Amino acid sequence: MKAFIALVLAVSALAGRALAVDPPSCAVPDSLFFVDSNLNRVTTAVGKQHRLAIAVFGTGSSTLAGADGPSLAYPARLEVALNQRLSNVMIRVATRTKVGQTADGMRRNMKDLLTDEKPDLVIWQTGTVDAIRRAELDEFRAALEAGVDTLHTGGADVMLMNMQYSPRTESMISVGPYADEMRAVAQQRDIPLFDRFAIMRYWSDEGAFDFYATGKDNGLAQRVHDCLGRAIGKLVIEDGHLQTFVNKASQ
Amino acid sequence: MHAPAVTTGRDLRLDLFRGIALWLIYLDHIPSNVVSWITIRNYGFSDATEIFIFISGYTAAFVYGRAMRERGFVVSGARILRRAWQIYVAHIFLFAIYMAEISYVATSFENPLYAEEMNILDFLKQPDMTIVQALLLKFKPANMDVLPLYIILLLLFPPVLWLLLRWPMLALGSSLALYVLTWQFGWNLPAYPEGSWYFNPFAWQLLFVFGAWCALGGAKRLAPALQWPATMVIAILYLGFAFVIAMSWYLPEQISIVPHWLEDLIYPIDKTNLDVLRFAHFLALAALTVRFVPRTWPMLGSWILYPAILCGQHSLEVFCLGVFLSFAGHFALVEISGAFWVQVAISLSGIAAMIATAALLTWYKNLEGRSPGQRSKSPDADLAGGEA
Repeated sequence: MKAFIALVLAVSALAGRALAVDPPSCAVPDSLFFVDSNLNRVTTAVGKQHRLAIAVFGTGSSTLAGADGPSLAYPARLEVALNQRLSNVMIRVATRTKVGQTADGMRRNMKDLLTDEKPDLVIWQTGTVDAIRRAELDEFRAALEAGVDTLHTGGADVMLMNMQYSPRTESMISVGPYADEMRAVAQQRDIPLFDRFAIMRYWSDEGAFDFYATGKDNGLAQRVHDCLGRAIGKLVIEDGHLQTFVNKASQ
Repeated sequence: MHAPAVTTGRDLRLDLFRGIALWLIYLDHIPSNVVSWITIRNYGFSDATEIFIFISGYTAAFVYGRAMRERGFVVSGARILRRAWQIYVAHIFLFAIYMAEISYVATSFENPLYAEEMNILDFLKQPDMTIVQALLLKFKPANMDVLPLYIILLLLFPPVLWLLLRWPMLALGSSLALYVLTWQFGWNLPAYPEGSWYFNPFAWQLLFVFGAWCALGGAKRLAPALQWPATMVIAILYLGFAFVIAMSWYLPEQISIVPHWLEDLIYPIDKTNLDVLRFAHFLALAALTVRFVPRTWPMLGSWILYPAILCGQHSLEVFCLGVFLSFAGHFALVEISGAFWVQVAISLSGIAAMIATAALLTWYKNLEGRSPGQRSKSPDADLAGGEA
């Protein structure tokens, strides 16, 4: 038994080193992307004005702590990724996050978001707080529908983003029913869903990241956010039909 | 379905299916468990909770109905309330275990990626509020909703049973009326910190009362209808329909086999308020089961099914153990390994632990001269074989 434990430790230490040396491959298979929705606003803004204003509207998991947190969190990484791939387009990603907000709380602040940022696309990250607080599913769904409609009426495209895959808290936070509601609303309103949960789960299964890790390792969080930013960028390009604007070099 | 004449022995099918339901609930409560793919919730609308609540209603009426006839309202009512108290104590015990697990996670897991998820621990900052709300059954952690439902159902059971024994159709009709009114007006009990009960007692009581009604002669009334070929055809068609819908949940979004108008019609399938689709799915399953598994089925006496029957005969203890084991199992998956074979091993060893515990409890009962399935001389009906 002791020999077995030693072996496991040795193997995991090697694996850890390999991760530290090579950047993890965090490619996402197409089957995890919702690629049949159309972000018409995005298509128009890029096609006609060569600019794109995105607003990330989220809660705690859209941020990273620390002084350089904002530049390392996925909204900033999305801006970098899109600017690299669409270098002829002016890309701006604004971030509006407030810790501990339920979907319904966020919905109330949407008008401000629209007037302040005038976004072409709003990435609405939500669901975690509702799942933690065990909010009522009907009300969660109603808040999602009302929020999406407000954003559409205000002239913005919408992309929903669901929860993180968090294996350690899985038995304490029942994420599934809330993720199902988000999927249903996305399907019903014909808008893309960035399935963060499934994508992170895929990375975990593939061994790209160890989400079971304990301790204050900022590196893991930063690498995950960088990968998330790039993956969102890919989905924006797909659903906004921006392939013709992608730099040849970055493909 | 055979008439469960109040004086005859126990219907082992009840123990069998309750035992199986307890196993399925355990498997479903371990997150990311490969083995939970075998459970019925993946293949239709209803899940093991419906089976558990229905059989609990059935056995409660079976046991306390006899007591109410023989000893009167006060004695049987007092016994029902004592049972509710036992379940309450069991629930609080589970809550203590949950607190231990979550406190451990709070102090050992500081991954900055999950700062937001760690808000689940916020309640540890205000233990006064949280613990009082838990004692009031308003604060209920994930996967700890079934016992509070069961407690409320038992608290309200004495007058319901009284009515069921006198005017069974009136009792069932009132239960149905309450269900309809609940849907109409959105009644539910409040929860903490917000929202309402995950299993709405005003809706789920229908299944419990229906089970009780079946135990007190309702099953006999339904028996002819269950023999009609039309009933079987409808049940099979409905289960097939539910199966197709359930399969559509696992297909990629691009392939939509369910037309939009049908989606608008059936979704959301509301578990909190015991959606009609779920209730109907349970009825269809029950109709087929009763038809194809007769009470005199020889397999009921075989050693293969004995473990499940044993678990079903000690449902409260085994249920609580299952909730604890699902916490512990998830903990092991996180701390040791989440590999496929570990998931299988944890699932199987958890069920083995449930069986061993049930066997141990039976052994204790035999020591005290009472065996499951056998009516003892003791008036302690709820602890003898017919555990409600």
